[in-house]
Amino acid sequence: MSSATDVTRLREAFGGKILETVEFRGEQTVRVELGSLHDVLAQCRNDHGYAMVLDVASVDHFGEEPRFEIVYEIASVDDAKRLRVKAKVAEGEAVASATDLWAGADWHEREVWDMMGIAFANHPNLKRILMWEGYPFFPLRKDFPLAGRPSEMPDVAFSGVAPLEGGPFVTCAGGENTVVREPRARVVE
Amino acid sequence: MASSSLNTVHTAYDSKVEGNMILTRVDAAINWMRKNSLWPMPMGLACCAIELMATASSRFDISRFGMEVMRFSPRQADVLIVSGTVTYKMALAVKRIWDQMPEPKWCVAMGACASSGGMYRSYAVLQGIDRLIPVDVYISGCPPRPEALIEGLLALQKKIEGEESTMAQKKAYFEGKAKA
Repeated sequence: MSSATDVTRLREAFGGKILETVEFRGEQTVRVELGSLHDVLAQCRNDHGYAMVLDVASVDHFGEEPRFEIVYEIASVDDAKRLRVKAKVAEGEAVASATDLWAGADWHEREVWDMMGIAFANHPNLKRILMWEGYPFFPLRKDFPLAGRPSEMPDVAFSGVAPLEGGPFVTCAGGENTVVREPRARVVE
Repeated sequence: MASSSLNTVHTAYDSKVEGNMILTRVDAAINWMRKNSLWPMPMGLACCAIELMATASSRFDISRFGMEVMRFSPRQADVLIVSGTVTYKMALAVKRIWDQMPEPKWCVAMGACASSGGMYRSYAVLQGIDRLIPVDVYISGCPPRPEALIEGLLALQKKIEGEESTMAQKKAYFEGKAKA
């Protein structure tokens, strides 16, 4: 059984709730409605043998609606099948947690919450994992500057703005010339 | 016979009474004791800590300078060697350890990250430990070689040599008396 046949069977089972399937160099990607994401993941695990979650990632499509996208990378242990399941998430919307399917999704989902600010419903322990509890920002969002923003929690933690002038840290891809591509500093309001 | 040791901060033997008597000043003696038994508190936060470990072990061997007694309790240490990237999440823990160390105490910022944030110009990293605690010696390098750390510690010894350990107290005492 290959992941391509699994995609066909998912299509048969969920019909129009599967919005898109993509095959790229043997990699199978399934884009589903957010509402049926958990059902699709459950079927993948229970019926198709995807016993392991490799990673949970999130993408910020800043300026688009819905803004975020959540990506589950799952795999089977015995025959090394891999499948990528994606769903678009609007700002403020919650994703049904997959921790009841895979215990390994716990920390990945906490990281997504910490860095991108996507909440997970029914997560047993949804708190920050890298930054401290009470940090007011979600640093991997596109509208958060790399230099950081000042924050202060007396006796707990603080953060400041890092100087970016003169560093190689401010390049932006796709500019017409080096002046645009590599500014001395990039200021995000 | 007046000893030339009176004019220097070093202690020295008088050849006539060798083995029986050493002439020096209290400050010089105290500094001599302090600088030759530095007890480092290893604050290993990143790759610099690997170099710090190498410095302490047999090949480079800082016990040659009386600094081999690494203490993992701040209350028994007098040099804080901040070796590595100080994230904001770690920053107040470093500060707390510094506050727990008894006076007199010194701080060495080892490597680019501890000195200035290094290559981590980012929302997560404190841009130099000197924003939080006073630093005596900065060591460049990413990470510095053990030789660089040893040179930094020797520079710290030199700095301690020149300190006025009792003079400051004396001055404060007499000034206080004059006011009263």
